[in-house]
Amino acid sequence: MTDLTDLSLAEARDGLRARRFSALELTDAYLTAMAAGRELNCYITETPDRARDMARASDQRLATGGGGALEGIPLGIKDLFCTKDVLSTAASHILDGFIPAYESTVTANLWNAGAVMLGKLNLDEFAMGSSNETSFYGPVINPWRRAGDTLKLVPGGSSGGSSAAIAARLCLAATGTDTGGSIRQPAAFTGIVGLKPTYGRCSRWGIVAFASSLDQAGPMARTVRDTAILLGVMAGHDPKDSTSVDRPVPDYEAALTGNIKGLRIGIPAEYRVDGMPQGIESIWRKGAKWLEDAGAEIVEISLPHTKYALPAYYIVAPAEASSNLARYDGMRYGLRVAGKDLTETYERSRSAGFGAEVKRRILIGTYVLSAGYYDAYYLRAQRVRTLIASDFKAAFEKVDAILTPATPSPAFALGARNDDPIGMFLNDVFTVPANLAGLPGISVPAGLSEDGLPLGLQLLGRAFDEETLLRAAGVLEEAAAFTARPAHWWRT
Amino acid sequence: MSVDTDTVRRIARLARLAIADEMLEPMAKELNIILAWAEQLNEVDTSAVEPMTSAVQTTLKKRPDSVTDGHVQGAVLRNAPLAEHGFFVVPKIVE
Repeated sequence: MTDLTDLSLAEARDGLRARRFSALELTDAYLTAMAAGRELNCYITETPDRARDMARASDQRLATGGGGALEGIPLGIKDLFCTKDVLSTAASHILDGFIPAYESTVTANLWNAGAVMLGKLNLDEFAMGSSNETSFYGPVINPWRRAGDTLKLVPGGSSGGSSAAIAARLCLAATGTDTGGSIRQPAAFTGIVGLKPTYGRCSRWGIVAFASSLDQAGPMARTVRDTAILLGVMAGHDPKDSTSVDRPVPDYEAALTGNIKGLRIGIPAEYRVDGMPQGIESIWRKGAKWLEDAGAEIVEISLPHTKYALPAYYIVAPAEASSNLARYDGMRYGLRVAGKDLTETYERSRSAGFGAEVKRRILIGTYVLSAGYYDAYYLRAQRVRTLIASDFKAAFEKVDAILTPATPSPAFALGARNDDPIGMFLNDVFTVPANLAGLPGISVPAGLSEDGLPLGLQLLGRAFDEETLLRAAGVLEEAAAFTARPAHWWRT
Repeated sequence: MSVDTDTVRRIARLARLAIADEMLEPMAKELNIILAWAEQLNEVDTSAVEPMTSAVQTTLKKRPDSVTDGHVQGAVLRNAPLAEHGFFVVPKIVE
């Protein structure tokens, strides 16, 4: 029998329904892989007992022909989602020992559909980072290495535990969240698929907040089909999140017709950035060719305000973060470090509890929101944001989707960019605009760099048109035929 | 606009973060690098542009204003660093 961890989510689902193997066997295969893969540091908390209980319950439902859309499917959950009775940390020291008394809406949707929780996945602290190096629980190691090299590479961030675990077969699929690229960039760095839905498509209730006008939960998986299946379960209106939108959730899997004849695909001139490696430039051209060969029309477009997206983001996101993170005061939950009075207790708790990157962003956010600077920084950034959204609006009158590289480079070495905050921000240059405009985006593995690392292509779409994105992504996936996998060096 | 160590001290106080004296200078330097980079936003003419307040144009859905939850004192207090007699215990605020 082949290794059960090699099956895609769709194959596992069909195999479970046909009773070719049990949910418990599938879950045990992943628990074994997780135990052998701890060197990658993907999980902050493993929940094997709960996973086995959930798998047994799935087997009972499957035995009677019942079960939901994800019955018996073992998933990893980014540790930014609150999970009832299971430690939820946001990879921060300040949430020490925090055991939620409630379940996030998105994870509740997954469990109601029969999914099995393997554990909570590592991430950048409060999702602030692009390399998973800011986690209080230590960095995640990318299962991919450069050809002929043992140098440790980052898995991208902030959903780096999710991306590495999927690529290393330590979970079948996972949840991620994307504020500036935190699903799509790690997906590209690890050769998997990641989708950031339209803002409002998934409920944010029960997800630790970073920047509320940008945060969105989404699926990460090995194939476009698996991503579509997960999104259908995660999405939907939630009365507990007034920004979640009340509109029907389509059958995303049914959107994968493979037919993109007549679809107009935009190629934005502004996404050609200086110093972009040749491999990325050429995979981008190849991607356009694949779509054209499948019957799409390639259209040159312009998104003139693209270069202002990153600076606008690095004003808006820290501003919202400084406000959201004000709640961590050491009084009601998490870490408390006592001082001589209330103010000193706040200051000591927050200084001990937050890492350097989080503090830096809180300080920037506090500064740009403080009296005298609000108009010059925050309000100006929000106006630029309007212009970025208008660029997309104009483009989507001419095209149905936009094709870009997912990242300006493949995965880099641990520690390589820690002394250069702006160099680190540049990772997100292709992903941030969609967050500012609230639009959906998907990253699909498209090929390998000269040194053997995965490269991703990104498709951006109209608001709530995830179906077109998935359909075009499916065509890219088939044309790219990306079957490369990292060598199992961690199983020694 | 340039951030000096006094400004860092002031915003750290506003953010309730204790910054050690020897960290004020490096922090000011870092913030200046980031803010100087963000200055490029000044190149854009935004005089006739409304600031974005919502990522997706939508009318917020209303719900009945009714109590849907409650009587969960134990759940509310379960993560408290310090709790006694069904209350959070916090440092004294008023003498």
